[in-house]
Amino acid sequence: MAVDAEAQFHVLAVDDSLMDRKLIERLLKTSSFQVTTVDSGSKALEVLGLKEDQTSTPALSPEHNEIEVNLVITDYCMPGMTGYDLLKKIKESSSLKDIPVVIMSSENVPSRINRCLEEGAEEFFLKPVQLSDMRRLRPHILKGKHKEQQLHQEENSNTNHIIISSSNNNNMSNKRKAMDEEVLSERTRLRFSSSSLNVI
Amino acid sequence: MELHKLRRVYIEFAEIVFRDGFLDNQYTQLQQLQDESEPKFVLQVGTLFLEDSEKLLNELRSILDQQDVDFEKLDAFVRKLTGSSASIGAKRVKDVCMTFHDCCKKGSKEGCRKCLQQLAAEYRLVKRKLETLFKLETQILAAGGSVPLLSQ
Repeated sequence: MAVDAEAQFHVLAVDDSLMDRKLIERLLKTSSFQVTTVDSGSKALEVLGLKEDQTSTPALSPEHNEIEVNLVITDYCMPGMTGYDLLKKIKESSSLKDIPVVIMSSENVPSRINRCLEEGAEEFFLKPVQLSDMRRLRPHILKGKHKEQQLHQEENSNTNHIIISSSNNNNMSNKRKAMDEEVLSERTRLRFSSSSLNVI
Repeated sequence: MELHKLRRVYIEFAEIVFRDGFLDNQYTQLQQLQDESEPKFVLQVGTLFLEDSEKLLNELRSILDQQDVDFEKLDAFVRKLTGSSASIGAKRVKDVCMTFHDCCKKGSKEGCRKCLQQLAAEYRLVKRKLETLFKLETQILAAGGSVPLLSQ
């Protein structure tokens, strides 16, 4: 595996199935990501530094090493906290809401997919996840980082950054909804056709 | 057996396994994820599949043995098996799971019983195929060779 000149991003993968955890870990590592895997939503929140009933990470957490997570990829169907519940908790947290979240599921249920996208998930992967799906992760991480950079730049200037950042969010979420519908139908088409391709 | 022969035996055996639909392209995807840093990846995932499947089949059996069959619970386990068989590429097992899922939705005890029988049979078959493939793969690696990538 070639060593990437780019920064190594850290992905947190959540799945209750050991087999699927092994698979997603391998896919991510092969794609040059640093990986942490956990078997439940509550463990995921622990890694992210959030207790289940908190909405923001404590300012000082000396027991936790600051593990920066750049993206969360989670299975939808899990006992206890589902992937959707985890997604909600992340998006409701002031400290974690900008972390991109991707949902995986072995079932193609449009209402489920839409629900997740509307709650703020970046993408929905149909299992079994493929190596080619991994290429879609980096853009989401970079987009988030770019947003972070923009906010920092605006904070340093004299413009009214509060208004700018919230209108950015509105534009982005409207754009994303429309885009997601397109992407969703495109991806669903691709999913159905990829099984008939020979991949060597 | 020397390496060249091992590889031939492997390819010929695998061709039949693929032709008969026991495994599909997903198995090849897993092979492509294996390399020197993770030389036993396919073996490990395959072993997990076999372990998961035994447990799931037992669960399905015990639910169907009840007087009142909990079809939702049954379906939940069937969906798990659908997922794991899809992950390893066990196509015939996955196909029976889909039929099983339909029977669960219909609440048909007889239908589900038949599906379970079929499922157990298909599982036994793919288990043997996988174990043979794993044995050959291990021998090829031990002989210093690389496992041929299979194509559908």
